[in-house]
This record gives sequence, C-alpha cells and structure tokens, in this order.
Amino acid sequence: MNSVLKAASYVLVHAPDMVLQNGTTQTTEMVVNPDSEYLKTLPGHLRSYDQVVAYAPNQTYIGNMTPDELGQLAQPWTDKPVAGATRQGKYGEIMPQDEFLLLFQACDMFDLVHLERDFVARTRPAFDAHPLMDEYIKSRVMEGVDREQILRFVNEEGAEGIYHQGQLAGYIKRAHDVDVNLSAHVMMENMASKASAVLALKHLIRVSGVDAGQIDYVIECSEEACGDMNQRGGGNFAKSIAEIAGLSGATGCDVRGFCAAPAHALVSAASLVKSGTFKNVAVVAGGSTAKLGMNGKDHVRKGMQVLEDVLGGFAALISANDGINPEIDLGIVGRHTVGTGASPQAVITSLVLSPLEQAGMKIQDIDKYAAELQNPDITKPAGAGDVPLANFKMIGALAVKSGELARDGLNGFIAKHGMVGWAPTQGHIPSGAPYLGFARQDLLDGKIRKAMIVGKGSLFLGRMTNQFDGISFVLRANSGDDRKQREAIGKEEVRSMIAEALRAFAASLDV
Amino acid sequence: MDLENQKRVKELAELHGPENILVILGAAEGEAAGIAAETVTAGDPTYAGPLTGVQLGLSVYHVCEDAIKSELDPTVYDEQIGMMEMVLDVDDIVNEMTAIREQYSKY
Repeated sequence: MNSVLKAASYVLVHAPDMVLQNGTTQTTEMVVNPDSEYLKTLPGHLRSYDQVVAYAPNQTYIGNMTPDELGQLAQPWTDKPVAGATRQGKYGEIMPQDEFLLLFQACDMFDLVHLERDFVARTRPAFDAHPLMDEYIKSRVMEGVDREQILRFVNEEGAEGIYHQGQLAGYIKRAHDVDVNLSAHVMMENMASKASAVLALKHLIRVSGVDAGQIDYVIECSEEACGDMNQRGGGNFAKSIAEIAGLSGATGCDVRGFCAAPAHALVSAASLVKSGTFKNVAVVAGGSTAKLGMNGKDHVRKGMQVLEDVLGGFAALISANDGINPEIDLGIVGRHTVGTGASPQAVITSLVLSPLEQAGMKIQDIDKYAAELQNPDITKPAGAGDVPLANFKMIGALAVKSGELARDGLNGFIAKHGMVGWAPTQGHIPSGAPYLGFARQDLLDGKIRKAMIVGKGSLFLGRMTNQFDGISFVLRANSGDDRKQREAIGKEEVRSMIAEALRAFAASLDV
Repeated sequence: MDLENQKRVKELAELHGPENILVILGAAEGEAAGIAAETVTAGDPTYAGPLTGVQLGLSVYHVCEDAIKSELDPTVYDEQIGMMEMVLDVDDIVNEMTAIREQYSKY
C-alpha cells in the first residue's frame, strides 16, 4: 500500500543581520572589496519585519494565500503588501530575528552560543509566549552574558558575532581551535539550519495533530554538512533536530542532493513507510544563512529592497495509508540517471515524460506540476528569469514535441498545469516542496486528482561530477482502497464474533 | 558568471591564445547571456571575479544563434536543444549577444 502525505509545514525566519554578516555574497565582498559601495549601501535596502510579513510570496509560503491567489496579483509583488497579513499561517509562521536567536541558542548543546543578557531579557517574554515553545525548549534559553565577554570572544577567540538591529547581541564560538569544519562560521550556518528546522518540525506536529512520540523516523534534507575534520559531512542533523523538537521515539539520518534533496528524501520516506519499516516519517529541512542576500548586488543595483532576507524551512509527514490523505504513488518515479545527460531537454524528459509514458499516462494527465518554485521577484532582476515559468514552458514544450499538445496550446498548458513561484531562493527549499501543503489540500478537496513534484539539483557545484540530478514523484487522491479493506476486515471480525457468540449460546442450550 | 568559470576561461585564453577561443553560452535569457558575454569580452561587470578589468574580447555566441546552430547536426540539435529553443526568447538573446559582440569582441 502506498504511503500518504499527512501534513506539511512551512516557516520563514526574518534574518536581516544575517544577510549582512553571513550571506556569502556579502562575506566574499568583505574579503575582496571591503570598502565597496555595495556594502555601504546594502543596509539601506533591508526590509523591516512588518514588510517581510506583508510580502505576498511570504504569506503564500506559510499558507495564508494560495498560489492561485498570488498568481492573480500582478508582478512584481514588492509594492503590493497584503492587507491584514499575519505572522501565523495555516502551515507555519514568519518568525522575527530576535525570537529566532533565542531558539538558536536553545538548539546549542555544546555551550557555543551566548547571547547578551539585556537582549535575552528583552526578547524572552515574546519567546516564552510562543505557543510552540515548550517547557523543554524554554528551559534551554540561558540568562545571557555581559557585553565584555562577547567582545572578548569575538575579538580574541575567533568567535562570530551574532547581531540584531546592527548591534552585537551575542556570539557563537568555534568548537575546535584548529578544525575549520568546526569553525565559528560553520557552527553558525549549521545552528541556523538546525534551529529553523526545529521550528518547521514543531509546526508539523501542530498541523498534523500527531503525537511527537509517534514519529519514528526523521530525514533531514538541507544543504549543510556537520562533522569534524575526520568526517566532514558525518551528520546527523536529523537526530539533533528531533531531539530538540521532542521526538523521543525517532531515529533518522540526513539525505543530500543539492536542491533535489527534498524530493529524494520524500521518495525515501514514502518507501520506508510503504515497506512497513516505519509508520510516520518526517522529512525536514532548515534554512541557509549562506544564501541570504545571494542576489543582493543585483537588487541594490536596481534600487530594490534585498528580498533574500529570510531563512526558509519546511517539514512533511509521510504516514501509513489512512484511506484519506493523498497517496505518494511510487509506481511513477521519474529519475535522472547517470546516462541521461545534462541538457534541459534530457533532464525534463527523464523526470516528467519517461515515468508517465511507462505508466501509460500523458503529460496532461497530471493536473499540477511543481518543479523549482523560486519567487520571480528575486530571480528576474538578477538575470535568472522566471524559473517556475521556464520549467512549465519546458514541460509544455515536451508535450508539444510528444504530439499530445498543439503548439498554440502552450500558454494554456502553463496556466492550467503550472503555478507562479513564491519560495525564497534557499537552494533546497524551492524544489517542489513548497507545493506539498497546497497539493494535499487540493487533492483532499477534489480540486485536482494528480500532482507531480519535481526535484532538480546542480551537482557540479560540489566539483565531484558534472552530472545534473533530479527525481520526481506523483501525489494522487487517495483511492480509499485501504479504508475499504480495513472496513471489510472490520466487518469480517464482527461476523466472526457474532458467530462465536452464537456458537457459545447454542452450546449453552445443549445442556 | 561563476568565479570558477571565469578562472577557467581566463586560463584557457592564456593557454591557447584569445584568438583561438570560442565561448558558447547556454543562458536562459537575454540579460543573463549578455552579462556572461560581457564578462568574456569586456571583463566582469560585477567586479567580483578573475575577469574583472580583463578585456579578453573573445568570440562569444549563444548556442541558439544561427552561426552555431548551422554548424551542428540538426538531429542532435533537435534532441538536445529543440525543446529549449521553443521555450526561450531567442530574439532577445540574439539582440543582446549581437550588441555585446559588436561592442567588445576583438576576434
């Protein structure tokens, strides 16, 4: 029996100071060109928290707007704040930076993160009032340290400063004197990824309604690596996230594959559940500080606000078939193999057309496609175009080439089977995953019958291979077979109980 | 353009001589193609990579331009690029590429 997509959650963390301090575009510039005009003007291009909350793609990410509603707004969306926008959404929330820093510290198990005492005191009431911050997490937030200690560690001990509103609010120290894999910079990246993943996982527990103890496996699928000089990517983010989120009955591991990792992780999760090895598998990923302000130079040059100012996180729960939630159909899994080739045409054929043909289906049999869902407000000014639109054009063009669609039907195909993008450019975050929550709802509501999630990854960035990568799978409305089967079993059991009672009654009459 | 690719282009131009190098781009839109073309001709316009201030003036084309397309086996082109050609705004790309070549290409 296929597994089902039981829930999905989405979180954003507003991180303006991390844009300046930790985004690699900025840290590279600080090394190469420390007096550059870009670094001087950048702070003036950062958005406020309220602007980030009111930004339509962000409201869509946390589930307060649907992709269709977003698509009805004319682009760009930067000058169209959503009236009545809220921090909390159907699927998650947009957390402000100060509260996140307390969660960040709470996620540190090695006494590496220390926040300034007054900053903690100021932020703590809001943090403590957060409905998902349980007693365990709250108890992990420390009182904080003096400013002198922060300055000493930052100036003399190789610690990285942690900033809020341009002011030093704490530090994260290196976890080893020599090992670059445990440097303060790497610990900062990993801790931010872990903490935002914890937030996503806490929201997953909330939206799914499952008991945290029932989740028995966690697959983490970000693009960070944790380990030391003897095992640089040793892992296991998954278990460290599960620990803070209170999943005492879970084990887990990390899956990597650049931007395709979430799709690989979801297929793995579905397989683990379908095989019966685990019943409830959570797939989770936190955000990337490195990618904050990645296209900042283009945004600043064009007089825009820097839109890559949020960490993204998501989580999805894959569970045993309940006869209700949408199934992950493992009979239709597209794969980019070693022999596929790297041309966009070969990639999209392998991920979309080939698996459908093998299943006797056509491209138009899938109601909605979700490939890379990057927000075009971010990518278009940076010269990368509208990525989702390009993907849907490619899928449509493939339908034209395979003869199932007339060439003049291309635009209609895109409108019907595609969607606009709303995800922050956080690498693994845009790759299909942001649609899971909406897909589940639309499948439950009967608005669509089948959706294809397509993950794509650029492996060449690791310099181990020039291979491209990708994997895809189909979500479809639950066939209900499993429920019928269980109901049938139930009826059979009742019949046998009645028969047993009647036999006992008959036996009593014999006396 | 990726800093590593800038380095490779620079090294190849030094090794073989800039007059013997032809750069073929596959960028998905005009502006991106233009920036990459400018990088290998007039130097890195973002002032970030090894080609900053280096005016290689290389010969540069997009793969969808007729000059390149006509050199390729039509079957292979259709198999590898036909779909993308349908998707891309080829006219915009050609205009960008032509403008950059006219302005900066030395070969």
